[in-house]
Amino acid sequence: MYKNLKYKAAFIALVTVACFYLVIGLPKSKEELVANFRKNIRLGLDLRGGSHLVLQVQVQDAFKAEADLVIENLKERMTGAGISFSSLDRNDPKSLEEADRIQVSVKGVPLDKTGPFRTLINDNFPTWVLTAENQTDYRLNIRPSEALALRRETVVRSINTIEKRINALGLTEPTVQQRGRTDAESEIIVQMPGVDDPARVKQILQTTALLELTEVKDGPFPSRESALSKHGGVLPLNTRLVKATNRAGESGEAWYLLARTPVVTGRDLRNARPSRDEFGKWETDFTLSQDAARRFGRFTESNIGNRLAIVLDNQVRSAPTIQSRIEDSGRITGASDEQDAADLALVLRAGSLPASIVYLQETTVGPSLGADSIRQGLIAGIAGLIAVVAAMLVYYRSAGVNATLALILNAVVLVGVLSYFEAVLTLPGIAGVILGIGMAVDSNVLIFERIREELATGKAIPAAVDAGFNRAFLTILDTHVTTVVSSAFLFIFGSGPVKGFAVTLVIGLIANVFTAVFVSRCMFDFHLARNPQMRSLSI
Amino acid sequence: MQILKNTNFDFLGKKKPFITVSLLLLLAGGISLALKGGPRYGIDFRGGALMNVKFSQPPKEDAIRQALGEKIPGEVTVQPIVGTNEVMVGTELQSETQLEQARRLMIETLAATFNPSGNKPDFNTLGQERLAELLAEPLQKAGVALSTDQIRGLAGAMLQHRDTPPRSGLLTSFDELKSVAGVTPAVLGVLRQEFSLGAFAIRSVEIVGPKIGRELREQALMATLFALGGMLVYIALRFEWIYGVAAVAAVFHDVLVTVGLFSIFDKEISLTVIAALLTLVGYSMNDTIVIFDRIRENLKLMRKESFPRLVNISINQTLSRTILTSGLTFLTVLSLWLFGGQVLNGFSFALVVGIIVGTYSTVFIASPILIFWQNYLEGRKHRRLRGESVRPREAAKPPAAKAAR
Repeated sequence: MYKNLKYKAAFIALVTVACFYLVIGLPKSKEELVANFRKNIRLGLDLRGGSHLVLQVQVQDAFKAEADLVIENLKERMTGAGISFSSLDRNDPKSLEEADRIQVSVKGVPLDKTGPFRTLINDNFPTWVLTAENQTDYRLNIRPSEALALRRETVVRSINTIEKRINALGLTEPTVQQRGRTDAESEIIVQMPGVDDPARVKQILQTTALLELTEVKDGPFPSRESALSKHGGVLPLNTRLVKATNRAGESGEAWYLLARTPVVTGRDLRNARPSRDEFGKWETDFTLSQDAARRFGRFTESNIGNRLAIVLDNQVRSAPTIQSRIEDSGRITGASDEQDAADLALVLRAGSLPASIVYLQETTVGPSLGADSIRQGLIAGIAGLIAVVAAMLVYYRSAGVNATLALILNAVVLVGVLSYFEAVLTLPGIAGVILGIGMAVDSNVLIFERIREELATGKAIPAAVDAGFNRAFLTILDTHVTTVVSSAFLFIFGSGPVKGFAVTLVIGLIANVFTAVFVSRCMFDFHLARNPQMRSLSI
Repeated sequence: MQILKNTNFDFLGKKKPFITVSLLLLLAGGISLALKGGPRYGIDFRGGALMNVKFSQPPKEDAIRQALGEKIPGEVTVQPIVGTNEVMVGTELQSETQLEQARRLMIETLAATFNPSGNKPDFNTLGQERLAELLAEPLQKAGVALSTDQIRGLAGAMLQHRDTPPRSGLLTSFDELKSVAGVTPAVLGVLRQEFSLGAFAIRSVEIVGPKIGRELREQALMATLFALGGMLVYIALRFEWIYGVAAVAAVFHDVLVTVGLFSIFDKEISLTVIAALLTLVGYSMNDTIVIFDRIRENLKLMRKESFPRLVNISINQTLSRTILTSGLTFLTVLSLWLFGGQVLNGFSFALVVGIIVGTYSTVFIASPILIFWQNYLEGRKHRRLRGESVRPREAAKPPAAKAAR
């Protein structure tokens, strides 16, 4: 009966050592031990402090930009092909859900040009569907497959850009991931443990950072209306009106009439960095890539004396006059301090976002609160554990030692497995641990009470222990499987914190079956094997 | 040591007063919920902004409320945390677009109201990066020669000192930094000259848009219902379907009582509280299964006992286990409630209530349901017996467990 005991003991020792290794590694010094422990026990943001953000990519922006491109392109091609039209514009989807309804309308196409017009669309815009509204008016809708691809691409590009920006900030272990299951979902979760200035980070993430260097056609004007009235109430073809950012101490508006297509955009940047101008004011300098530099050089050479607008996120930052041919560098003035200039350089380097971003959720726990929570949680946990262990020892005496050892081993296995799965321990996760420990205590109590009952019926000690474990095991199995079943549902349907609860609970339960049933049994058997003539069991 | 030996309390004979208490609790909770228009959801379920603000002096709630009320549309709540200089400041949010604005507005208003005017940056709100940046020039001017990395290290050490208890994020005087390695009188002089110490620090911010709030709420509810359903099916398979129904009814009762008490004591139901409710569901279910398991076993051993007596015997047999386990778990949870701090308060309250309710619901809710069903079955059999002839052995048979082992 006890002959397998050696193998069992070896197995238990192996598991224990493995779990210890998972938690503290192979430390050579006390510092290393602490460092390994910190590394392997990953605390959630609610415990260690940090920020959890949920952002929503305003995908409709990308759809609008796509439609604008189509309009630009179409204008050129139709003019080139000699097809006239009275108007060419797009609708303005306001929300994410409406993004797919993006639509370009072409009105007033002459009847005799219908054929060439259709051919032009089919040849050049295969991702759009042409529908005739009446004999001269048409609308273009984006194909559903293309819409899905565009959504996906927009989100992926946003994630990449945000990742780049976050990595450039030098935070420890930040994560950026998509929220939700389908890959076209437009929400992004950003987690930044230990970030101590979340407001600044949020600002950096939210900046679209769309840089354009554009030819100034006219301006500045004090208002939109005055700009329009000078041009007879309508914008000239291929132009747009852009407002200028107000400098500190300036009041009143300034509007510029700019060319619709920029000469150079932020995608053509090679580098950007903060620096000071001749008066000691902060600014952001940038250099262009080779290809863009050539284009820019040609443009500036032929436009000496004209003005060039530096447009950032659809606002004119400055509109200097071109003095000479400029090859590959430029600067963005108007930073309020060094950090402002450095942040702008950072977002420019990381690239622009394909669509604007809205924050749906922010949870920030300051470092001081996290530290307090850990300390209080620890005190409470230790106090609770001491109370439980003391009660077990008083009530069950020697068997209480078994239970205590099993309980400690349970904790070691739990922490080891959590570390193996790289699970993060959060507050709800600790709730799972508490329930797990509660059930571990219960398992021991169930077994011991059962053994006592069996002893009371007059059974011999080995038989009573055997019967006690066997009977109680069925109960333990049912309670544990029920809880695992419910945890599985919680894991599938729950949100982050609820999932954390389910994971730690299930791990705790598995550890529990191992320690309370298997290990504890071995300890009893070990005692019995050593004293086959034992008269009374200390339980 | 043994507290109870061979007890034989007539639990089920005394079930009426307990069931009455249960009903009264449910009724009181129900009335409270009805009067307050449903449970008080936490910010994470409702959508809104909630900040934990720590002040250096005992906070003037009215001043905070007034200052914020003037600037922020909608309801502003200011709730002090007992025993500390901290308050929870909350506002509601109608739409996602207000998220950023609300946060900025709240902090700006608090700063304008409580911090003395001046252009010096507030040491209590700075992060490491920014502090190091701001320190570089003045330190150089003051003749303190440090490399950029050393300044960063110094800034980090000072902030860590600021954030550890008992300061916990808020300095009231720069002298408190004296014990930090590297903070020389010259450094202190620079600090005094370049920085101010604000009267408050933001310890946590939670902003949830209404959309996410609604999603979280629905998700938590769905998860809980599915989990309950899963347990019902499993118990029904292992025992009999009425056992599953009885166990889930008892657990449901526990959750309702706890939610009712949360409403009566005006406590918020947040995601953390949901975790606590799930814990109590698990705990109560565990308790119920232990007794059901004993009933299942006794059904085979004591074929002559009447079903109600058999249930009562089973409860008595497991009584010492019930008291011990509940007592021990209660100890743990109680220590969590007493020492666990403010963040865990709602969580541990739910568990303290849950363990008491969960333990007694097994005896006074789940078991009576089994007996009620058994009586109902027998009554039906008797009635059928009078009308037509049915084999009498069949009629007296209790809802025996399937031969599970």
